Amino acid sequence: MIDSPLALRNITRNIDKIDPESIEEYLKTDGYEALKKTLTMKPKEIVSIIRDSGLRGRGGAGYPTGLKWYFAANTQSDAKYVICNADEGEPGTFKDRILMEGDPFSLIEALTIAGYAIGSNKGYIYIRDEYRLSIRRLQNAIEKAQQSGYLGLNILGSGFDFDLEISIGAGSYVCGEETALFESLEGKRGEPRIKPPYPTESGLFGKPTVINNVETLVNIPLIVNRGADWFKEIGTECSPGTKIFTLSGDVARPGAIELPLGTTLRELIYEVAGGISSEEKLKMIQLGGAAGHCLSPDYLDISLDFDSLAVKGLSLGSGAILVLDESRSIIKTAYSLAKFFCHESCGQCTPCREGTLQQKEILGRILSKKSSEKDLELLERLSVSMVQTSLCPLGQTASLGISSAIKHFKEEFLSYSERGI
Amino acid sequence: MSKRIPKNFFPSETESYRKEQLKDTRVGLIIDGEKVWVPEGSTVLDAAREISKDIPTLCHHPKLSVSGSCRMCLVEVDQRGLQTSCSTIIQEDMVVHTETESVIAGRKQALKLLLSDHPLDCLTCEMAGNCKLQDYAYRYQVTGTEIEGRQRGYLDDDSNPFIYREFDKCINCTQCIRMCTEVQGIGALTVEGSGFFVKVTTEGDVPLQDSPCVFCGNCITVCPTGALTAKPSRGLARTWEREKTLTVCPYCGVGCAIYLETKNGRVVGVEPANGPANENLLCVKGRFGWDFIQHQDRLTDPLIRKDGELVPVSWEEAIRYTAKKLKEYDSEALGVLSSAKCTNEENYLLQKFTRMVLGTNNIDHCARLCHASTVAALAEVFGSAAMTNSIAEIEDAKAIFIIGSNTTESHPVIGLRVKAAVRKGAALVVADPRGIELARWAEELGDRGVWLRQRPGSDVALLNGLLHVLIRDNLIDEAFVAERTEGFNEVRELVKEYTPERTARITGIPEEKLVKAAHLYGEAETASILYAMGITQHTTGTDNVAAIANLAMATGNLGKENAGVNALRGQNNVQGSSDMAALPNLLPGYRKVSDPTARKQFADAWGLEDLPSEEGLTVVKMMEAAHAGVIKAMFIMGENPMVSDPDTNHVREALNNLDFLVVSDIFLTETAMLADVVLPSASFAEREGTFTNTERRIQLIRKAIEPVGNSKSDWEIISDLAKAMGYDFAYENPKEIMLEIASLVPAYAGVRYQDLGTQGLQWPVPYEGHPGTNYLHRDGFARGKGLFKAIDFIPPVEEPDENYPLVLTTGRILYHYHTGSMSRRVEALDWLVKEGYIEIHPERAKELGVTDGELVKVSSRRGEIVTRARVVDVTDRDTVFMPFHFAEAAANVLTHRELDPKAKIPEFKVSAVRVEKVE
Ligand SMILES: Cc1cc2nc3c(=O)[nH]c(=O)nc-3n(C[C@H](O)[C@H](O)[C@H](O)COP(=O)(O)O)c2cc1C
Ligand code: SF4
Ligand code: SF4
Ligand code: SF4
Ligand code: FES
Repeated sequence: MIDSPLALRNITRNIDKIDPESIEEYLKTDGYEALKKTLTMKPKEIVSIIRDSGLRGRGGAGYPTGLKWYFAANTQSDAKYVICNADEGEPGTFKDRILMEGDPFSLIEALTIAGYAIGSNKGYIYIRDEYRLSIRRLQNAIEKAQQSGYLGLNILGSGFDFDLEISIGAGSYVCGEETALFESLEGKRGEPRIKPPYPTESGLFGKPTVINNVETLVNIPLIVNRGADWFKEIGTECSPGTKIFTLSGDVARPGAIELPLGTTLRELIYEVAGGISSEEKLKMIQLGGAAGHCLSPDYLDISLDFDSLAVKGLSLGSGAILVLDESRSIIKTAYSLAKFFCHESCGQCTPCREGTLQQKEILGRILSKKSSEKDLELLERLSVSMVQTSLCPLGQTASLGISSAIKHFKEEFLSYSERGI
Repeated sequence: MSKRIPKNFFPSETESYRKEQLKDTRVGLIIDGEKVWVPEGSTVLDAAREISKDIPTLCHHPKLSVSGSCRMCLVEVDQRGLQTSCSTIIQEDMVVHTETESVIAGRKQALKLLLSDHPLDCLTCEMAGNCKLQDYAYRYQVTGTEIEGRQRGYLDDDSNPFIYREFDKCINCTQCIRMCTEVQGIGALTVEGSGFFVKVTTEGDVPLQDSPCVFCGNCITVCPTGALTAKPSRGLARTWEREKTLTVCPYCGVGCAIYLETKNGRVVGVEPANGPANENLLCVKGRFGWDFIQHQDRLTDPLIRKDGELVPVSWEEAIRYTAKKLKEYDSEALGVLSSAKCTNEENYLLQKFTRMVLGTNNIDHCARLCHASTVAALAEVFGSAAMTNSIAEIEDAKAIFIIGSNTTESHPVIGLRVKAAVRKGAALVVADPRGIELARWAEELGDRGVWLRQRPGSDVALLNGLLHVLIRDNLIDEAFVAERTEGFNEVRELVKEYTPERTARITGIPEEKLVKAAHLYGEAETASILYAMGITQHTTGTDNVAAIANLAMATGNLGKENAGVNALRGQNNVQGSSDMAALPNLLPGYRKVSDPTARKQFADAWGLEDLPSEEGLTVVKMMEAAHAGVIKAMFIMGENPMVSDPDTNHVREALNNLDFLVVSDIFLTETAMLADVVLPSASFAEREGTFTNTERRIQLIRKAIEPVGNSKSDWEIISDLAKAMGYDFAYENPKEIMLEIASLVPAYAGVRYQDLGTQGLQWPVPYEGHPGTNYLHRDGFARGKGLFKAIDFIPPVEEPDENYPLVLTTGRILYHYHTGSMSRRVEALDWLVKEGYIEIHPERAKELGVTDGELVKVSSRRGEIVTRARVVDVTDRDTVFMPFHFAEAAANVLTHRELDPKAKIPEFKVSAVRVEKVE
């Protein structure tokens, strides 16, 4: 984690502070206090607290967590599920790993609270295969929790039963998309489903399901313990709380850091990360991971919270921020994005399957200076149809990095075309 | 063949969820300014189609689960933007636009992308003219050159003779996968790889023949492009050159509707039609089994044996000679075999010829060999000898009990109905000594299914045992029994003895399975029994069928929809040939020849004084009489007793012993080779008439091409012969014959060709304009009350002993039909299964020192044959199985002639044999 005076240690409070394999140490730092409190309340009341807190999903879409829980809690069903999305497939992102390795009990406590709140007795943690240490620590935490009566039948004598299972991911980026994740968990090919129905109506095995990101979940015990009002104090009005950002590229101090939402890009790059690592000037920032927009330095003063970004058509994504200096080629960057999505498209729907290949082919042509006049226009039209007609968010966002790069760095693209466009 | 329920067979949770949303209440929405009311939970596509909006689709199929992947069916929804209409559930007051600028742009873009990697070889593509991609490209004026693309470069798969696969033409709509999984229940296909390089192929991308594929071709039917095409038709005709003739498949008794495609008077292919039995599905024989029609072996001219050689002669000579010869014999010395492969009209005419011209009742046909026991038993207990319910109803039964029917191989398209019922949640009970596909399915269904592996020949005990449990556990429909039936008390008494414990001892089935089966069957709201030759081909065949009827009556599963006693008849027109009384004891419409009023009616109609009153000889008796020299001359129409009848050596001796043998057939069959006169008949593609399928549906067959060579339809041959013998058989066409049938057979009274259309009519059709009858005994049994018959178990005639320690059972396989005279001349079918074989259990094979593929000698008290061993875990260790389609390894050399006393059906299903390794 990056050290910085701006940093907060809320959800990262236990990291490197306690032994992540010891339930005793977790208990000493208020561990399981939130669950105990929860079990004295009605499920509805818990849902209300989360709704009041204004917590929004940290997995990419920023959907209000309390609302998700509310819908799932109010859908009648013989079975419901809670799922932790720990697939973390975004290149350059490792915030969930830090949380799981450093504080696995928090996550398990959070899932138990979620189960109680929506009326579910079974949860899954869907985690990528590469996260060996996380898997081991979570497994250990589950066992310890079971042994101590925090998981299993009749938890702490409350009559509430809940258990957790770890499921190892199929190893593709698209499996992090929630409905593809359900398919994969059900033992099928990990292809996204059409929405609606939404997971809260018909999710895993067709049952109402709440799926949340690791980072979203670890906020839960804190909110339950300290109250919604405490949480709302942090961050901005519509985006309360903190967020872990992961910085990479040409900055002096790359890495992860927990900051209040509403921090500006400028603060993040120049104060937290120590500015550009080279002599060169800042050229481009890609905000929100592979599917994020490629921005020019004009955007440095933008506030990093869900709403300010949404107004500008941008998104925070998983909180990954890539910084490039003047020595870097935008075309090469765009090409590598195209390559990434071409590789990760599940191939199910036409616009994405064919479109991601076309993007790669066209950018390849531009890169080798063989492009024709029509190519940029073609990329633009491709992007429109991919955004509008792809089946799942992967395809819908797979062109955003490229189209925004063209928008902000048009000169560079034009200079690559022999004839000019 | 796959024996497992494929992964993803059952509706996914999302699909079930969608179904649950579908309600009766109607919801209104606005499409292109027009208000539409559709059931709540419908999709926008359904709603749009309701008002005939033509929305393009590439991955949608009404029978398959929703994929939503091609993105062609875009529409614009107010407040929601572009949506795929096939997957969007309507909402009250939704406002939908089907052809806005952005909709068109989206569709165009999808097309451009699809075409960017498509081999644009429409000039030679098999599907050009019938390709959705091409149609939509035209509609939206997309040329395919807009986007410079790159093809995936997958090699075509040309390795099997049925399906040609061009992977580069695949647009990944996954319809074939869903068809193969959800409808065919095979699951041979899947998606391999990801992204641009996804490939729709078999698991592991192996050739189809190394996958569970059964070559039904139903994936070809749904493929919107030229990615999957029927190989035998390739290169024969452009789609627009193909003339289509709607007719009926000539193979099994399901009666699937097909289009025969022809060009310049030659058959070039078969496409499924939307008939009531098959609804656009077919099996491998229907789809690919057409090239026998123009096979070089077709008989083109009449042949007369001169100096021991069969030589071509003119029709005049052949008819004159045959008429002269037939006149030389007394009526008692004449015998006739009719055929279940021929039309109703031809069967009617041949029995009329036999009774009127030859003056004898010695007429029979191969129904004797398959379902005579059904006819005998059901006529007695219900008063009507046919499948009680309809094929389509099977799909909606809540429980299905299959006994003695390898449905997915012998009646493949009915097998699909069973699978559809299972998909909808029906319980499945399968009683079969062999581990057939549906037996494995039943096992896999857990609580919902059970496989009863009875000892061959122990069916009556099994059925009585089930009834015992039904009575014991109060699962009897007492009201139905009291009001609609008689004789239950004797049965109640008798089955007291068939405790699960005793039944288990006789049948070898564990007690708990018997109890489970009885409950699955007895507790279902509607339960359907399907049975076939495994029940009928026994010396106790008639008893078996009556015992089945007992079970259905006791649970009130008759006279209502989705239930019944459903005999699956083997050949395409075996129901009709029985209805038409190609039978020695009956007149058309199941009237007894011994009944003077019945005889009078027919005699009057035919302008005679009386008809022969003595019952004639059945197939097996006729052969015995020929053997003994009592029958001296025979006329055989379209049958091949040399392969189909039991105890082949005896049949050969009998036929050789005849003075005079006439055979009419399309090929020089094993039987025709022994004839004195051979008359070339036209195939189904060349004639007109009607077939009655197993569900009593009378369907038109229509002439697609002119008769091959100088062949003639059998009705013409019979008429000519009758005329030559001095009788006025002056029919212009089969339609006139049907009018005569309608005037004499009450169940056919309302049948008129012009009313048969595409759906046919199910008898009884009591008067002209009647819509036909989908299930029998609605308001009462044809005989008044349903008759319970108390039937005790009798062991099979031939039980294994020291010399012949194994039980041989015989049957059919998917890829061949009857005596193979047609199917074995179909190149592709022959490629798949070339020769006969014997199935041996691995443990038994080990004991015998036999390995898979080795030659073995199989012998019984009648004879011996040499065939190849297939070492598979299908039969149990004490039983072996042989298909009966193969003349050179004819299973019937081994079977015995012991008959069921009432129905005179031979016991093909149980003979004692010995298997030895050939050194
Ligand atoms: C292609 C794709 C990949 C995704 N990968 C992840 C992931 O690795 N982890 C994650 O939490 N969410 C991922 N998401 C978002 C999930 O679909 C979902 O929105 C999220 O798990 C919901 O949790 P939240 O509300 O707590 O953010 C991905 C989405 C898409 C479209
Ligand atoms: S958008 Fe891409 S990843 Fe999503 S379903 Fe379509 S092909 Fe698959
Ligand atoms: S031919 Fe039939 S079994 Fe074979 S792949 Fe096609 S649908 Fe499946
Ligand atoms: S082979 Fe045909 S049916 Fe199958 S996915 Fe490809 S285009 Fe669709
Ligand atoms: S038909 Fe609707 S997406 Fe293919």
